[in-house]
Amino acid sequence: MGLATFLTRTRGSADKANRIGAADILAYGYLALGVLIILVPVLWTFASSVKPERAVDSFDTRLLPMSQIERPVEGVGNKTSWIYIDEAGTTQEVFKAGPTRRETDVATFDNPTDVFTVPRTGLEPNEEVRIATENYLDPILKRNGQDNFTFFTYLFNSVFVTVMATAITLLINAMAAFALSKYRFRGRLTFTILIIATLLIPSSIILVSLFFVVWSFGIFGSLWGVIIPAAATPTGVFLLRQYMLTIPDELLEAARMDAASEWRIFWRIVMPLSLPALSVLAILSVIWRWNDFLWPLIVLISDPSAHTLQIGLTTFSGEFDSDFHYILAMTVVSLIPITLVFVWLQRFITTGIATTGLK
Amino acid sequence: MMIPALELKTIKKSWGALQVIHGIDLHIEEGEFVVFVGPSGCGKSTLLRLIAGLDDPTSGDILLQGKRVNTVPASERGLSMVFQSYALYPHMSVRQNLSFGLENLRMDRVEIDRRVDDAAALLQIDPLMARRPGQLSGGQRQRVAIGRAIVREPQIFLFDEPLSNLDAELRLQMRVEIANLHAQLGNTMIYVTHDQVEAMTMADRIVVLRSGQIEQVGKPLELYNRPCNKFVAGFLGAPQMNFLSGMIHPDGTLDMDCGLKMPVRLGQTLSQPEKCTLGLRPENIGVSLDGAGDMTVKVQNFEQLGSVTYIYTVFANGETLTVQLGQQIPLRRGQEIGVTFDPNRFHIFAGEDERALELIGRATA
Repeated sequence: MGLATFLTRTRGSADKANRIGAADILAYGYLALGVLIILVPVLWTFASSVKPERAVDSFDTRLLPMSQIERPVEGVGNKTSWIYIDEAGTTQEVFKAGPTRRETDVATFDNPTDVFTVPRTGLEPNEEVRIATENYLDPILKRNGQDNFTFFTYLFNSVFVTVMATAITLLINAMAAFALSKYRFRGRLTFTILIIATLLIPSSIILVSLFFVVWSFGIFGSLWGVIIPAAATPTGVFLLRQYMLTIPDELLEAARMDAASEWRIFWRIVMPLSLPALSVLAILSVIWRWNDFLWPLIVLISDPSAHTLQIGLTTFSGEFDSDFHYILAMTVVSLIPITLVFVWLQRFITTGIATTGLK
Repeated sequence: MMIPALELKTIKKSWGALQVIHGIDLHIEEGEFVVFVGPSGCGKSTLLRLIAGLDDPTSGDILLQGKRVNTVPASERGLSMVFQSYALYPHMSVRQNLSFGLENLRMDRVEIDRRVDDAAALLQIDPLMARRPGQLSGGQRQRVAIGRAIVREPQIFLFDEPLSNLDAELRLQMRVEIANLHAQLGNTMIYVTHDQVEAMTMADRIVVLRSGQIEQVGKPLELYNRPCNKFVAGFLGAPQMNFLSGMIHPDGTLDMDCGLKMPVRLGQTLSQPEKCTLGLRPENIGVSLDGAGDMTVKVQNFEQLGSVTYIYTVFANGETLTVQLGQQIPLRRGQEIGVTFDPNRFHIFAGEDERALELIGRATA
């Protein structure tokens, strides 16, 4: 009910609101397009992740996870099942008893020794809808020879990097933003511009020098080598600074009159009031760190036990062959935590706006 | 001799090349209610911020209880301040707003609760303790802001135009409450306002400021009855004092542009005739409907308030004269009425700085 009213809202005042106008159609069309652009790739990934390996490898574009039925044949092992349709239109379930040729040898499952020959064009795969849970369970439970993919180690590393890096990012960026927005000192603007200017430098350009820095600090190969260089982000400083500029100076002065130290002003006044901006930065930081691939790959490549999920996914792509069904499934798994984080943090963005009680 | 609660010694303040406070000397005694009043931009708020420690003076000394506090940060001066915008912490409840300052002093929880509850009872905000500032009305926010200042039990309260965001009725009510509060607590209070009514009604002493300088300091009625210059005379009192321009001769004869000629007894000697301004309080002018009196004026407009009648009149030369009568009289526009003046209630301002001239036999009230 709530969703239906929400989705059928129209613009304009109450008396006009029941009419659906051109602007409503355009607005909903535009929004629907946006939803599709964002949602389709994710849904496609999810839909493909539950398809069996064969369907993924053959670029099966049907929405449902269709899988060819396999049955045991006495003395032969599992055989894929086919449907033979003869010219009269009658169907018969068979398996291939020999190589596929124009005239292929087949036999029925009931009577495997009675081999007969049919034209290849009369054979259709015998399919059923089956969710390929093995795509998920094999890597996680190390079945089917997926021993190299240590899911829980990767998950722990990813969570550790994301949580630590985000916490440090929020703290350091908030402190920098507080100083740049609320203290008057010589060179304040220069520093701000310098920090923002670093946004113009692509990360790949500083990769080599960053490598040397991390190397010389002795944190190469450890998770801290991923966490610390990512902690200070110009975007975060800029975002928080702009937000903190909107906090009235009088609040800080009132706190000073209330005998608060600068550190307490930061913790008890500025940080709580910046919660909406901090939430935005937290969401961004979690997404950045969680999805980060290149830099963790460089720092952590030598030690498989320190790999994050994103690096772990490369286990499935070999030189000659990639296990796309596992990659897709594990990608879906890796999406779950950031989705949850977003759901949890987004309410702070709205509550933050609602509680700004100044007139 | 008692050490003054606050002493300012030749305080100057500049913002870059712009000097806003031009050397202010002031003593404020323990327990006094002092009001800084002046037009906007006169530096009264700046002066308050210097006392609070939120800004630093360019030169001069600030002494609290005889101790120089120029280098002491605002958080350690032990003063509390009520801001114009109240500056309540929007993310904290009223109780948290009140206790924040005490928590910063690492005070005992029991003592904090006692003081907060006392202040809440005093200001009648106890039912609001769990609310956030956003859920309060303007008057309630004002009380919380005052409460936040009270719980600190400060040496000096600083008020920075605290009533200017309230509507007229509430302003009147809060004015009385702050005055009562002062009587109850007995703390030294410094109150900044641009509203001369607030200054007249609340202050023990008024400091009139203009462009970063003190014009006059004194008790409200002292300033009202014996303003030292034309600015102070015009600033205090509503409706404003009437100003008529003319000449004053060394023998004490006033020769005004409107035609008024009257002798006054000067308490000082003039070497030559000087340009002067004659100041007349609207309530010190007598009216006769038959046109008799020192001068006749034409009624332009009038306001009958019942207990008071304001008559806005004009002289033949175009100078205006406002008269305030404590009674009701029949009037119509365009009517000619006679006005009488009492030389004992004249204020005469002369010279470049428009200082008040000494007059002998001037009535004091």
